[in-house]
Amino acid sequence: MLRRVLAALATLLGVAVFVFIMLRAIPGNQITAGLGTEAAALTPAQKQALEAYYGLDQPLIVQFFSWLGNIFTGNLGFSARAQQSVLELTAQSLPVTLELAVFSIVLALVMGIPLGMLSASKPDSPRDAFGQLVGLAGLSIPAFLLATTLLAWLAASLGFNPNGKGFAYFFEDPWLNLQQMLLPSIVLGFGIAAPIMRTTRTAVLEIRSNDFIRTARAKGVPARRLQVEHVLGNALVPIVTMTGLQFGYLLGGAVVVEQIFSLPGIGRQVLLGIQQKEYALVQSTVLVIALAFVIVNLLTDVLYRMIDPRVRAA
Amino acid sequence: MNGGTRGTRGALAAVGLVAAVALTITGCSSADPAPTEEGAAGGTLVVGVTSDPDTLFPWKATQFQAVNVLQNLYGTLTEFDADLNVVPGLAESWDVSDDGLTVTFKLREGVTFADGSTFGSEDVKFSLDAIGDEATAAVARTSLASVAAVDAPDENTVVVTLTAPDAALPANLAVINMAMLSSDDTEAGLNTTPNGTGPFVLEDRTASQSLTLARNDAYWGDTAKLDTVEFRVIPDESSIVSAMQSGNVQLAVFDDPLVAQTAESGTVAVEETPQLSYHVLQLNARRGDLADVNVRLAMQCAIDRQEVLDTAALGEGEVTGPITSPAYRSDPDARPCPERDLDKAAEYLDKAGKSAGVTIKTIVSQGEYATSVNEAQNLKAQLAEANITLELEVLESGAFVDRWIAADFDAAVALNGGRPDPDGMYGRYFTSTGNLNQVAGYSSPELDELFAEGKQSSDPDERKAIYTEISEHLEDNAAWIWLFTSYTYTATASNVQGFTPMANGSLQYLRTTTVN
Repeated sequence: MLRRVLAALATLLGVAVFVFIMLRAIPGNQITAGLGTEAAALTPAQKQALEAYYGLDQPLIVQFFSWLGNIFTGNLGFSARAQQSVLELTAQSLPVTLELAVFSIVLALVMGIPLGMLSASKPDSPRDAFGQLVGLAGLSIPAFLLATTLLAWLAASLGFNPNGKGFAYFFEDPWLNLQQMLLPSIVLGFGIAAPIMRTTRTAVLEIRSNDFIRTARAKGVPARRLQVEHVLGNALVPIVTMTGLQFGYLLGGAVVVEQIFSLPGIGRQVLLGIQQKEYALVQSTVLVIALAFVIVNLLTDVLYRMIDPRVRAA
Repeated sequence: MNGGTRGTRGALAAVGLVAAVALTITGCSSADPAPTEEGAAGGTLVVGVTSDPDTLFPWKATQFQAVNVLQNLYGTLTEFDADLNVVPGLAESWDVSDDGLTVTFKLREGVTFADGSTFGSEDVKFSLDAIGDEATAAVARTSLASVAAVDAPDENTVVVTLTAPDAALPANLAVINMAMLSSDDTEAGLNTTPNGTGPFVLEDRTASQSLTLARNDAYWGDTAKLDTVEFRVIPDESSIVSAMQSGNVQLAVFDDPLVAQTAESGTVAVEETPQLSYHVLQLNARRGDLADVNVRLAMQCAIDRQEVLDTAALGEGEVTGPITSPAYRSDPDARPCPERDLDKAAEYLDKAGKSAGVTIKTIVSQGEYATSVNEAQNLKAQLAEANITLELEVLESGAFVDRWIAADFDAAVALNGGRPDPDGMYGRYFTSTGNLNQVAGYSSPELDELFAEGKQSSDPDERKAIYTEISEHLEDNAAWIWLFTSYTYTATASNVQGFTPMANGSLQYLRTTTVN
């Protein structure tokens, strides 16, 4: 366990360095991002004043360590655009993304697992083809297309567009919040249902070919119990792995879906930060995302142990 | 299976993915303004915008969304009316001395800031002095280049002393970057709590989600009719259209004709407004083959501007010469090649001794505005027929801005902002001392003289003649190749009345808007 925590810390440090360097490798800085081509009209003295204002006059190494040092004191930086600290901004955006991720995963599981089992129940049959087709659609229809189409169609034909209202946090207006989460969760969930469906199908087929299933069937275990307890129960490990991975990616913020449905999640926070070249904002937010990913992975490990006694022993 | 190792790789991959996706979107997003309107006799108007202001400090605001919001919060000494004529603002009137070196402003009385304090001449002096100070890094500093001193002899009088006559000063004072601030305020304070003399005050802001203005009942002019205006951030333009169709948003401004088309419906009307900004192929006449005027003229003759407009922008716009403001508009045909003429292009190339052809390195921004890459490709195709090779370098907008600022290009496909006064619009580009002259890549003693004359004359007809000459000089020397101006599209719900879109994109008429 200690080894894992150390590895996680090393990961986070790697992420910090990587993001720091990558951000500065992008052309432009906060001055040109804000002023655009007007920055050409700045006199040297004006430029100097602005560089000092944004802290760009410091050597890179000083910038890096002052940022990193501040992180340990809980100061993740300040966003000039939002006039708020990065900690406050993250405290607002992370729950939105977390909520979206949970709903999407639940929807993905609800769609993916039954579809996978349906497909596996009779390989190469029409019902398998149906399951595979839905899975293929989930994988190949880009989220932005599905999202835009759904939104435009529902708004134009039914006038249903909760996302056109100002965003409501769950604790402010739970009913509106749930409506606003509905479409994005469906879009994301559909995309994630595909890999879950495929993993389920493969795992179920593999388990079914085992001797103990044949034995159980011979013993007269009812079909339904056989499917759920013996087959699905044993197929859970790869499904949980896949789900954990997908959940981790979702915590990185579903940038495209957040844009289209105007959700103020963490993906949009990073995107805005990159647009404005707000270095500290992007660095800190990415670090938070990486941390969330590492935590989800640790939790997935813990889940294995609960599901599969063999892992516990290992 | 080792959870730690997998977690490590996974996390890096996730970060890479997020960053990559975010970068891609950054590259693709367009800087589109979404303006609003207001109503009378109470009511609330929701304006759909793709982004919230990147700053609330008027002296540093250049982003459309920021300018549009701040225009409603702050006041300026002069203002533009709907036709872009300069009209009194916080200054009731102004007199220019006979030698043109002293401008005396008489300030409006009884004007207050949002915090209740009184606006007076010391605020004007404070503001003009600070804008002119390099340390402030105000974007409008150069507009005050001719100002030698600002004095406030009494509460309602301001005397501005100039080093040379400046007929463009009144128009230059009308932009929001020249907002009058209270001498008690600081940039840090105003970033969170705006304190202006405008028709609205800031009521509420949730960063990157929404910003709400409320009517300023103490406004010196006719008070606004709406109770509140909410600028609601909906990052995707198509999503704004959906929000209008479902009735959640009542006003939005688009600059993509395709999006505007989808917005038009039984309940949403779309009005197009010609813009001052212009699409142009900027040439750097100080580099390589382009230093020869004949090469530049060959390019001018080889380009059919209407074709660029038709193929890249669905024909939505008008072919233009250099000056786009209605009062000084250039005749688009006043140039050596009003129509495409490949024979003439060949002649010019011949004269330059380049009949074998030339290669021009051209930078193009990706995502800064919708039509850039299409324009570049059409230009390339047209010029190829005249033996001129455009070597296109398509850049992410940040990279484009960096190269543009450094004047590191032979040619650049650009969409540049226009201004109501031609001196403000081109003086900084095409006078040898202009702060953007390096980027413009062209200047001449004749132009310097003409621009100086234009500043000295306050007679409208005389000024018009001078700027027509400037425009012709620019075209005759093919300093750049001006292509076309486009429209913005103001979409309003049927219950919105009284909003007037402006050619400079201003949303100042939110104050006359009503919602039923």
